Amino acid sequence: MASLSTASFAEKGADLELVGITKRFPGVTAIESLDLTIPAGSFFALLGPSGCGKTTTLRLVAGLEEATAGRILIGGKDVTSTKPFQRPVNTVFQSYALFPHMTILENVAFGLRRRKIGDPVAKAHEALRLVELDHLASRRPAQLSGGQQQRVALARAIVNRPALLLLDEPLGALDLKLRRQMQLELKTIQTEVGLTFLHVTHDQEEAMTMADTVAVMNKGRIEQMGAPEELYELPRTAFVANFLGQSNLFTGPVTSSTADAITVDVGGVPIVVPRTRAKRHAGEIAIGVRPEKVTLLTSAPAPQAGRNVLGPGRVTDVSFSGVSTQYLVMVPGIGELVVFAQNMVFGPVVHVGAEVWVSWNADHGFGLDDEPGDLPRFAPDASTESIAIQRRVALEEELEQA
Amino acid sequence: MTSAVPAKAFEQASFEPSPRAGRRMRLRGIGLPIYTTLALLFLLIPIAYTFVFSFNDSGKLNIAWQGFTFDKWLTVCNTQGLCEAFGNSILVGVIATVLATALGTLIAIALVRYRFRFRSSISLLLFLPMATPEVVLGAGLAAQFLTLGTEKGLLTIILAHTMFCISFVVVTVKARVASLDPALEEAGRDLCGSPSQVFWRITFPLLLPGIAAAALLSFALSFDDFIITNFNSGSVDTFPKFIYIAAARGIPAQVNVIASAVFLLAIVIVVVAQVSRTARAKRLARQLG
Amino acid sequence: MAFTAFSSQAVVEQAPRKRSFVALVLLVPGILYLLLFFLAPLISLVITSFQQPVLDGDIGEYTTGFQWQNYTDAVGEYLPLILRAFGFALIATVLALVISYPIAYFIGVKARRWPLLQSLMLTLVIAPFFISFLLRTLAWKQIMSDEGPIVVFLKSIAVLPSDGHLTGTTFSVIFGLTYNFIPFMTLPLYATLERLDLRYIEAGADLYASPWTTFRKVTIPLTMPGIVSGTLLTFIPAAGDYINASRDFLGSSSTAMVGNAIEANFLVLQNYPIAAALSIVLMAVILIIVGVYVRRAGTEDLI
Repeated sequence: MASLSTASFAEKGADLELVGITKRFPGVTAIESLDLTIPAGSFFALLGPSGCGKTTTLRLVAGLEEATAGRILIGGKDVTSTKPFQRPVNTVFQSYALFPHMTILENVAFGLRRRKIGDPVAKAHEALRLVELDHLASRRPAQLSGGQQQRVALARAIVNRPALLLLDEPLGALDLKLRRQMQLELKTIQTEVGLTFLHVTHDQEEAMTMADTVAVMNKGRIEQMGAPEELYELPRTAFVANFLGQSNLFTGPVTSSTADAITVDVGGVPIVVPRTRAKRHAGEIAIGVRPEKVTLLTSAPAPQAGRNVLGPGRVTDVSFSGVSTQYLVMVPGIGELVVFAQNMVFGPVVHVGAEVWVSWNADHGFGLDDEPGDLPRFAPDASTESIAIQRRVALEEELEQA
Repeated sequence: MTSAVPAKAFEQASFEPSPRAGRRMRLRGIGLPIYTTLALLFLLIPIAYTFVFSFNDSGKLNIAWQGFTFDKWLTVCNTQGLCEAFGNSILVGVIATVLATALGTLIAIALVRYRFRFRSSISLLLFLPMATPEVVLGAGLAAQFLTLGTEKGLLTIILAHTMFCISFVVVTVKARVASLDPALEEAGRDLCGSPSQVFWRITFPLLLPGIAAAALLSFALSFDDFIITNFNSGSVDTFPKFIYIAAARGIPAQVNVIASAVFLLAIVIVVVAQVSRTARAKRLARQLG
Repeated sequence: MAFTAFSSQAVVEQAPRKRSFVALVLLVPGILYLLLFFLAPLISLVITSFQQPVLDGDIGEYTTGFQWQNYTDAVGEYLPLILRAFGFALIATVLALVISYPIAYFIGVKARRWPLLQSLMLTLVIAPFFISFLLRTLAWKQIMSDEGPIVVFLKSIAVLPSDGHLTGTTFSVIFGLTYNFIPFMTLPLYATLERLDLRYIEAGADLYASPWTTFRKVTIPLTMPGIVSGTLLTFIPAAGDYINASRDFLGSSSTAMVGNAIEANFLVLQNYPIAAALSIVLMAVILIIVGVYVRRAGTEDLI
């Protein structure tokens, strides 16, 4: 990206503030009294599964949907009741929505012409140079590849120097390699142009690579918000713990508590969690540890302060994924754990059926803020295979009763 | 910050919403449905008129309202030549539809599936009948029959109607052929073998909705055609020609009866087809969902 | 493209297979039919248009000749009717477009969420097809007749002078043409509007275009194929129509169009060469207009 051409686009973005936003569609509440502030100049990602309300939030900000209740402020100005074309906001649509009857250049100049900005053609060329597509200015959108269309869509939005740029899963249609490349380019452009970016995605990796701040959304609410590392290290809810990577979660009562750590009784085994990494310090609580922090041992380890041990258990599944190997370990009385082991040697360390112990540094555990009663004891398995098995079990039970 | 206009400045200027805009938008929100409803009602006025006047207790002229009666519905064929003209229209419509649908479907398949010489000339030959005013089509055929000394009658009407229906059949069926996935036929060739089996078991059933639509369109075009018929019918009357001739002296209410009956029948067919299609789509969606 | 806009099905890309004799078998019957009953008649029409009367022959007896004069006679005598035909057709086409676009927009875009309502409204649009074209026009004649409610009302509010008529006027003929071709206009418009991707409209709004600007700059260009087929499907038959302008329907002798002249010369006066010459002129002018129009509208792929 030529930094020379970005100079004239360098404008500071504006704050976005959502106050008590609620959106109901007939029969469904998509967003329930959402409060959110995005500081100017930041790259903010809304992350969540499909149907969590993240796209609706983005459309509300763009003005493409009307909020049922609440206010939207951009740069301190209330825009709640304004139409999309009156808002200083531009969107990079998931489908790109490049006008098929116009050339690339006319697409990019469209917004400038509407606002009667001087010299729209020169500015459009400049924006196209920023995304390195100026040589295709006279083509039609249909003659461009997906990645090129995505960059044109970005140029078309950015050329207007909006106070706020909305990105609606703009990389979803690209293949993995192109997506990685575009992620880096988007991040570079955002840094150079200095606009406020609001990026909606269901891809946790994308959100974590690009955004300064990630908000994880679920069922119309923000579950947790923060820097990517913070969210990953200290998930506050079971949903975040499992949507952002995988987690081994346990529940149990707090049995003892010191100034530094609390001890939780998990199926009769004491598990230690640092006090600062736990949200609740008494009563029944949920705790967890990331699979890559867990070590697999083939013999019972000697008890050691500052390490949690579970076992013995049995390896029920081994799956190799290149960089690491994933093991499933069934520990009687506790349940199944996931363990990621770096592939430092050839082949798996243990095989299915082997007797193993699992252990982790007590400093790596975390305690959730959830009501333990609300969440399943262990990570819910939502793979199609397990759903099929559950259905079959349910069906068989039904048949037996009949 | 090298830009000439500070962004904030023009944001203030150009993003100020006018307080009126909101109200105007809301008015537009109900304006369009109201307009559409009124426009559709407007389209129905002559139909309603025709229907109502089929119950008019009129004499020979069916102009002023004389009182309600069912008589005209019961004495349809008492009007000299009316039922015969109607029968001719049905006969011509059916034969022309069968001929045009068969010929047009074959062309449509060839156009989509095969490469051949004179492709653009053939496309032009198919397009031209649709771009030619009916009066020219009618006069042309009449001039030809005149030159050849052909006696005008039912046969010449059928020949004429088949001609102008073919292009419409081609357009309708072609769209259907073009939307067919050739992989289905390839799979069929894999499974059943002979080309004729593939055609009758796979291609034809898949094309059937398109062919049916084309046939209905042909029949409607033929049944309602007056201009071309007028040039090529000689002394034979069809239903529209009967109306045209009667219009000079006044239309008997029995004409309204036949038109209303045909209208009701057509509407029933269309509504049943649409409702069953919607129901099928819903059922399918439920099964998949 | 113009006429294919009727179909709303997705087109599966399929490479035409090799040249084959199957294609010939499929094409020959239909093409032969069109050559015999469409192209040959056009040629006979051209031949007829140059015929000259048989000396001392009966009315309607002509012999092959090369009488250019038929054309100058026909145009000289019927120029007002030719101009009227194209003028009326143009006005009716514009009116039908203006009336139909909002209808098609509502059915194809706004009513997408309710498929049953959509198909009901479409049925109402095509409902006039199910009742004879002639009867529809006659019904309007009755409704607009001097004793009819509309004339009585217009006279009572003095919009129409007490000796005024609605039928037999330029107004009633254009009205009839417009009314009769609204379904032909609405259907192709509906077919393209129904497929219009609303995300383009949202993109327009997102890029600072007001609803009206978005409509002009995005919606209209994207629905151009429907506009082209709708206007052609209206303009061509309207220019050749002679029912609406006929004295027994909505017209009078002062509203006669070229179609009326062709009918009268062919079927009544048996002046075949003049009727043929007028037909050729009509067709030639239409083909020129259509050619220029389609090229300018940018949809050259006709079928």
